[in-house]
This record gives sequence, structure tokens and C-alpha cells, in this order.
Amino acid sequence: MAIDKVVGSFDEAVADVADGATLLIGGFAGPGECPSCLIAAVARKGAKELTIVGNLGGWGTNLFPVIRERMRNLIAFPPEFVDHGLLVERGQLKKGIFSYPDAPSPAMLMPVERAVAEGKAELELVPQGTLAERIRAAKSGIAAFYTPVGPGTIAEAGKEVRQFNGRPHLLEPALGGDFSLIRAHKADRYGNLVYRGTSRTFNGTMAGASTITIAEVDEVVELGELDSEQIITPGLYAQRVVVRPARLPPWDEPL
Amino acid sequence: MADERLDEQTMALRVAKEFQDGMIVNLGFGIPTLCSNFVPPDVEILFHTENGALGFGSIIQDPEEADIDFINAGVQPISRQAGMSLFEHAESFSMVRGGHIDLAVLGGLQVSEQGDLANWLLPGKAIGSLGGGMDLAFCAKRVIVVMAHTTKDGQLKILKRCSFPLTAPACVDLIVTDVAVMAVTPQGLVLQEMAPGWTAEEVQSLTEPRLILSPQLKPIELL
Repeated sequence: MAIDKVVGSFDEAVADVADGATLLIGGFAGPGECPSCLIAAVARKGAKELTIVGNLGGWGTNLFPVIRERMRNLIAFPPEFVDHGLLVERGQLKKGIFSYPDAPSPAMLMPVERAVAEGKAELELVPQGTLAERIRAAKSGIAAFYTPVGPGTIAEAGKEVRQFNGRPHLLEPALGGDFSLIRAHKADRYGNLVYRGTSRTFNGTMAGASTITIAEVDEVVELGELDSEQIITPGLYAQRVVVRPARLPPWDEPL
Repeated sequence: MADERLDEQTMALRVAKEFQDGMIVNLGFGIPTLCSNFVPPDVEILFHTENGALGFGSIIQDPEEADIDFINAGVQPISRQAGMSLFEHAESFSMVRGGHIDLAVLGGLQVSEQGDLANWLLPGKAIGSLGGGMDLAFCAKRVIVVMAHTTKDGQLKILKRCSFPLTAPACVDLIVTDVAVMAVTPQGLVLQEMAPGWTAEEVQSLTEPRLILSPQLKPIELL
């Protein structure tokens, strides 16, 4: 039986995302790097009590048109774009572990801000580099590490502080998940991945940091088409690969 | 009555005079981003962005020409440039935490005379965002804060102690405002430059800690 990690549909790819799962969701803040189809599939499946780890808190569908309009002169968000704010809006979040949960304007309230204010979800706020390194540690089998970032700030709360080289450091635990949902550009059937531009971001970091990593890609190519010298994520880090359509359908349509 | 305050472009121009050949520079949101327009012509620097690019080109102004897979941390489209490298997020912050960023230019809500920076939690908000600012404030070799000297309603922002939660203690090296340039030193804040037409007394009246006057005190150059 040949190795083939390509899965036929997004719904099939997330079928075992159970209630209570921890999801590392890739992307940063722009439209290119977000695994929108995987997120939509988790929304359709309706798994609840999720812990979601990511950079942003997520715009969701209510705020998205506002953002799309506001960003119009900078960058075009596809009309059917969704991010994990959709899962927050639909009450699927129990706990968010984010670096940038709030809206950049005081006039807006992200879904996670609303959920926390209403007591429906918890939030853990993490400096972005610490978040990335905690994920990398999980992928790498490192249980915890000391970082110089955070002593004397909110990030210190509840952490061990230890001096190294005359400087205080915080002990930060690894942060892995049950599923990493990531966006990549191309894959082959071994799960080797390459990314486009700055879309590598947290996607490249989260690949391999969960029991199951699922990659949403533009294209699956034949073995050998990806140059071994240029493969960014070696195939052992990805368990499933799904091809996304060129044009995103509405999030609630089976895909 | 003091003279006019500098506009954001002029503040950015002043910050960019700190760019030195070969530097790796990270620019935060807002006014810091504008600094990329004022790199001195005889200086070659590489810009780093948290989401994973080093040595990228200018910000693309026409959304028709933008590529959604090439953005900076402010979600502005960036142009590709020869020599640019791309990387994932943990690598990007190894660069930050490992002390490989020569200069971070950040915005500020409050700065103390010890160089403490508060810039992540807006007053009245229950939830704020740390983003990459905390990592940069702690670990960049040099930190410049560029901000208005006071809030829109006249509240002081340069204080003996910050009242807002800190981004990082004792991290700021230089403060550039619409009124003055001040260095953070072990002795306190040293007033080095003032906007044209301003007096040291006028700057002091908008600044809580006592300012030490530099022997080389001079007007901010606007060119």
C-alpha cells in the first residue's frame, strides 16, 4: 500500500475533530495564509469546547465585511474568506490562546472579546514569539524552555522566574495540539510541503506540532516535482493533505 | 505659545536618521511604518517583519498589484526584492529573541524615565494584544519609541512611572516625539533636540520627569 496522505474532502479531513479538541490554527492576519476551508469544515462539523491556538482572535463573519472594506485600499480579501473567528461566533470555543486577540480599533469588538466578556470563553494572552516557540517546542519534543521575554509584565503571571547570565527568564511550557490546521502552497503524497511568500508564518511553525497536521494546499504534485533542496516541511510532519478550490465557496456548503 | 508640533511624516524622517548602513530594522504599526519612506540614500538596511520576511522592498500602494502572499506584520502588501529571505514564525522570533535585530521602532502609549514602555493595552479595553511588540521591546539591540508627546486630550505620556501595564521594563533607548528627541540614560531623560520654535521649558511642561538638557541641545533637523 503506497503512502498517500491526500484526502478527498475537507469534511472527511476533519471528521475526527472531536468536542474538547485542541486546534493549532495557522495563518497570521492576512487573507493568503489562512486555512479557510479547514476552518469552515470544523464549523460545519460543529465540534464544541475547542481550545484554539493562533495569532489573531479571528474576525468572524459579522466583522469581516467591515475589515474587508477597511482594507480595500491595501489588499483584497476574497469574498468568502473565513477565519477561526467563525468558530468563536458559533460558540465552539472554550479557550483561546492568542497573541493578538483584540481588534486594532477600539470601535470594534472581535468575537473572542465578546465571548470572554460574556463569560463563554477563556483567553490566554501570549507574546507572539513565545507563542511560536512554545509551538516549536511541542513539535521538537522540548517540554519547556526559559525565555528572556516577559519578566516584569503580564506575561510573568504564574510562571517560574530564573536568572541566566544575570537576566531574568520565564519558564514557558510547550504548546502542542490534537490537530494543526495549516495552509500551504503545494504538497506531494508524502506530505512534503512548500509555502508561498509570507504565508509560511505560523503554518510552517505548526506543521508537526499536533498529533495530526492537516494541510490545505493549492495543488498536489507528483513525487519528485518538489525539489528536495527546497522542501520546507518534510512530509513526516503532515498526516493529511486536502486541495482547496481556486474560488472559495460559501463556508456552509459541504466541501 | 509653543510653535507647531511635527507631523507624523516628519517624526518618521527624524527616526530614519538613526538608520545606519547594514542594520536589521523592524518597524512597528503606525508611524514606525512610515520610516521606511525615509531611508537615507547612502544607507543600505534590511527590514525584518515578524510574519517571516527579511530584506523586502517597498509597500505596494495599488491593491491591484498586491500579492496576498507577500505582506508585512501590518497586513500591508510588500514588494519582492532581490536578496529577500522568507521563514516561518519560530525562526522569525529566533531572530528577535536571539538579539539579531539591530533596531526596533515601536509606537508607545506611555514611556517612563527609566525607559519602561507601555503600548499594548488601550485604556478602557478589557483585552489587549501583545503581538510581537513585547518580544521586540525585550530583545532588539536598540529600541526607539516614536509617538505624540501627549495624548490628543493633553494627558502626559512621558512619565516618572507608567500607569498602563508594561510591554517591557527599561527597554527604550530613544524617544522621538512631535516635540522633542530624548535619550534614556542612567541619569534620566536627556533632552537632545526640540522641534523648531520650542523652548526647553515648553517641552518640560509636557513631560512629567525632570529633563536633563544636553550640552548639544539643538533643533530637530527637518530635512
